[in-house]
Amino acid sequence: MKKTEVPQDPSSLKNFTKEVCYAVDEKGNYSANLSTGWEIKATALGITWDDINKRAADAKEKALKGEVSPLLYFIEIKVMDYTTLAAYTGFWQWQIKRHLKPSVFNSLSEKQLQKYADVFDVTIDNLKKLNLNES
Amino acid sequence: MKADFNHLQAAHCENGVTTNLLRHAGVNQITEPLAFGIGSGLFYIYIPFLKINNGPAIAFRSMPGQIFKRTCNELNIPVVRKKFSSPEKAKQFLEEQIKANQPVGCQVGVYYLTYFPKEYRFHFNAHNIIVYGKENDNYLVSDPVMETVTSLSSYELERVRFAKGALAPRGQIYYPKEKANVTEDQIRIAIKNGIKKNAFYMLKIPSSIAGVKGIKYTADKIKTWKDKLGLHKAGLYLAQLVRMQEEIGTGGGGFRFIYGAFLQEAHAYHKNDALLEISKQFTQSGDLWRTAAVHAAGIYKGRLTAQQDFNLMADYLYKISDIEKEAFTALSKIKLP
Repeated sequence: MKKTEVPQDPSSLKNFTKEVCYAVDEKGNYSANLSTGWEIKATALGITWDDINKRAADAKEKALKGEVSPLLYFIEIKVMDYTTLAAYTGFWQWQIKRHLKPSVFNSLSEKQLQKYADVFDVTIDNLKKLNLNES
Repeated sequence: MKADFNHLQAAHCENGVTTNLLRHAGVNQITEPLAFGIGSGLFYIYIPFLKINNGPAIAFRSMPGQIFKRTCNELNIPVVRKKFSSPEKAKQFLEEQIKANQPVGCQVGVYYLTYFPKEYRFHFNAHNIIVYGKENDNYLVSDPVMETVTSLSSYELERVRFAKGALAPRGQIYYPKEKANVTEDQIRIAIKNGIKKNAFYMLKIPSSIAGVKGIKYTADKIKTWKDKLGLHKAGLYLAQLVRMQEEIGTGGGGFRFIYGAFLQEAHAYHKNDALLEISKQFTQSGDLWRTAAVHAAGIYKGRLTAQQDFNLMADYLYKISDIEKEAFTALSKIKLP
């Protein structure tokens, strides 16, 4: 990459930082240069989040229809996988998968629900009502 | 309480932590490209049976922790590395180091890192920062990918040091054990060893998913993605490839440009002009990775939809694999004093 080609596109790094890119000058010598972002990767990140939000919206819809417990919505929107959620809650992965069934979820104790609520940063009430704490 | 510490921004977090900690220890010659090259940081792997955020697991660099470890090792600098089961003990140890004027590297998770943009916060647990002081309840933090120093409250720091899931940091702390006086000769030898090891990792690992063979393997897979995954998911997979390749931390072109810069700096120590020629091959490879990313974007933006577009993407990767094979073969044979 040539120094003059270091991209200076808008990205979500704006107001946070610029990033370092290595590029060559007209003599072919490398140096570190600052970039505000690159449209190509901003789009890659953008469609990744579109997909996460779509998955979350689908999970919410299913939860409202009673086809799945509210957990799935929070798993999607918090970009969790089962390994990570198991590590944070102390549940086994197979337990978490069972808790995705509305009937099983509804039978969970306050203590068990609190574990999920803590990880997802919501109250038990909001966990059940699919309300995200936007902080 | 504050160690006298100088923050230098880097492209990549572990390079930056290694560089800044080694400079603090008295290794004034060290730069980001040197740390990356001596630490044999360049790599490629595609792990087909692992999924990260519903996409392919791809890395353009060596395993987290290796760059610091290898670089210190090559320079004969002893390292202190500790993990903790209890957050209290982790905090206590950190405070002792700060009191002793010792900045320390900390492995942290990104998800709860409050000074990062939300879009960048995934459950990725192998980020590296330096903690160099404390004022009231705030720890002073040098995150090498940020332009300036920042801070985290003790609650926030504990949360990221004890993030959970894959590669959980478990409060891991590391730093060079003592001040070091590294000679030019030591650097020269370390550069040579770093190059030879990196050539080995890229060429000789007996696995079809790693090194230059791993790039070919990925190309083979990409050709099947359209039929196997459908256009939408295949696009998301390519977006993930591009993110791993270009996202903050790589210096552009999947670390290939940093490696090119390293070979130029290596030339100052070795005076073998072949290093400069091979550096150009890495520039060419990095450029081709970026051309491939632009092409991939055509697919994930929905503009390119044909099988032949996936084939062309694969062709870029075959070409890259060939260039890197040639470059590393030359490096494995190069005579360095």
